Amino acid sequence: MSAPTPRTMLDKIWDAHLVRGENAEAPAVLYVDLHLVHEVTSPQAFAELDARGLRVRRPDRTVATMDHSTSTAPRPSAVGERGAGKPSGLRAIATTAADEQIATLERNCRRHGISLYALGDERQGIVHVIGPELGLTQPGMTIVCGDSHTSTHGAFGALAFGIGSSEVGHVLATQCLLQRKPKSFAVRVEGRLSPGVTAKDLVLGLIAELGVGGATGHAIEYMGPAIEALDMEGRMTVCNMSIEAGARAGMVAPDETTCSYLAGRQFAPPAADLERAAAGWRELAGDPGARFDRQITFDASSLEPMVTFGTHPGMAIPIGGEIPMPWHLPDADTRLSFERALAYMGLAPGLPVLGHPVDVVFLGSCTNGRLSDLRAAASVLRERHIDPTTRMLVVPGSQRVKREAEAEGLDEVFRRAGAEWREPGCSMCIAMNGDRLPPGHYAVSTSNRNFEGRQGPGGRTFLASPLTAAASALAGRVADPRQWMD
Amino acid sequence: MSSRTSSFPPASEPVDAPHPRPAPLPPAGQGGTPPRTSPQSEGNWAGQPLRRVVGRTAVLAQPHIDTDRIIPARFLTTTVRGDLGRHLFADWRFDGDGRARPEFALNRPEAEGAVVLVTGDNFGCGSSREHAVWALRDFGFQAVVSTSFSDIFRQNALKNGLLPVAIDVVTHRRLLAAPGVEVEIDVAAAELRLADGSGTPFPLDPFARHCLLHGIDELGYLVAQDEAIARFERAR
Repeated sequence: MSAPTPRTMLDKIWDAHLVRGENAEAPAVLYVDLHLVHEVTSPQAFAELDARGLRVRRPDRTVATMDHSTSTAPRPSAVGERGAGKPSGLRAIATTAADEQIATLERNCRRHGISLYALGDERQGIVHVIGPELGLTQPGMTIVCGDSHTSTHGAFGALAFGIGSSEVGHVLATQCLLQRKPKSFAVRVEGRLSPGVTAKDLVLGLIAELGVGGATGHAIEYMGPAIEALDMEGRMTVCNMSIEAGARAGMVAPDETTCSYLAGRQFAPPAADLERAAAGWRELAGDPGARFDRQITFDASSLEPMVTFGTHPGMAIPIGGEIPMPWHLPDADTRLSFERALAYMGLAPGLPVLGHPVDVVFLGSCTNGRLSDLRAAASVLRERHIDPTTRMLVVPGSQRVKREAEAEGLDEVFRRAGAEWREPGCSMCIAMNGDRLPPGHYAVSTSNRNFEGRQGPGGRTFLASPLTAAASALAGRVADPRQWMD
Repeated sequence: MSSRTSSFPPASEPVDAPHPRPAPLPPAGQGGTPPRTSPQSEGNWAGQPLRRVVGRTAVLAQPHIDTDRIIPARFLTTTVRGDLGRHLFADWRFDGDGRARPEFALNRPEAEGAVVLVTGDNFGCGSSREHAVWALRDFGFQAVVSTSFSDIFRQNALKNGLLPVAIDVVTHRRLLAAPGVEVEIDVAAAELRLADGSGTPFPLDPFARHCLLHGIDELGYLVAQDEAIARFERAR
């Protein structure tokens, strides 16, 4: 008898969720363990169910929150406190259309018996922040959401990916998706990150290497010492931005770091069952000798803080570097596109980004809106004041992040430094909630996309880490955080 | 037939031969999914048979056109699918005061009535918003031609009768250089044809092809899997 074929983590999770395997004629019917829902991509899906007289198959596997179109303007102090109800005036939504969208989600969740962490609930927050912090996200699961940054949850050794609204309807109605298995892609990260260099810089460096569509069709399994050394929040940052290289998903094998993060969380296995669960989770790592469709090795040791200069996340350079000349680009259209991106940004080849004036600094988002991100930024800002010409928004990723940060006094650090301490939500990452970068203005942003107009029509984005964002707020210019760290 | 789609169906098989497996959508009444009657003007493009797209192209040559470009997030505070065409490429088509920018490709007279959008590589990257597909469809596009598409965009497109046509670099160059040419896209053959008669194959998942040709929508197909799903849930 021959030994069983070594399997990747993707193989293991995929196989365990097959209602029907795929063949040449038909994709697999893949079972979904956890479906996260928010206000923007779900209304049309619920309407589809209504039109067909269908019910939500597993409300118990569906969890909703509101984050994209909700205002992050500071609200009366009662909001977000433990046990807070729904004080009047709480909605504070940017537009009547957004208000209607929020009301639609509330109505749909009520009708279908879906748990909703609405504004005013102490568990409300960005969908990819609350899933992990509530212990909903667990190793070995299949997790989907109508949001491309669902890849975040892969940090726990889950297969997690974004879907469109039609597929949201599919999962609501059947708890399943029709899927072709993605190709497997091993990304081994050797070495160790230097001081001042973070998970965000690692993933920006990686996207610059792979290209913005370089991992399309693949599920990445991150491995190696630099990944193992990251805490869960750093792993989430890396997995979160896998989609920016086009990857379907990003994953990290569960280990002690994963298990200790989950211990004690509301929906994680209770203490008595945790050891048994953890034993199963450790089995999820790829077997020695498992074959991948593709693999690369990446060195973390030589990385510097990274900053983007263009209009997609692959256009990134080390913070001390210069904007490259377009000569290396393969064809005229790509060169033209590169030049257009620089024209949009008001930049030119050969120039540094370091030292470029900055109007706004945005700290937050599903990429970098967690407690460790706020701590990192606060460590730079403590007992300092941001440049008077620069506006800094600090937007905790969830009510829980906000409470925990306030318990540590981080809100005071930010306020004293001259930054705004706001309510949780997607905020200026997506600019559909009132937080918007004015035309022509420059932002250093800890979010995930520097697309044209992403942070507001005509707005110009430099993506960077929380450390770099904080240093840039102090300088009023794009700054190297290592010059501001004690 | 492209080598990329050679395994199914065999080249000799008539293109409209019954799909061997899985079975098409069960008749109305089974699985709780009666055929939809809502008009396309409300944004319902799923479940409509699509056999071919014939018409002129419009060209946006730049690569990596993301879904924020296709429809900016501020237009996503909607609860319906329809009427998004007016926001398609909003910040390229219109200036800050809402006036059409005459230099933008889709605002030029020759783009009027184009049904095929030819774009640079990696079209539809970024956000998963299906609104991008609804906007393209509502504007009048029935196919997008590129060398590659983001995974989520491709899936969203196929569910709304918008053909994602990924072709070889040489043909792509020709099309980029010639806005307004007539093309024919044959779903059954998974082939794009130019006016000179030359054809180029594109990859089309056999299941998606079958669903497009027969107007099968995936939700109906999945709902019909109810027994298998229940069995899976019991066995866990």
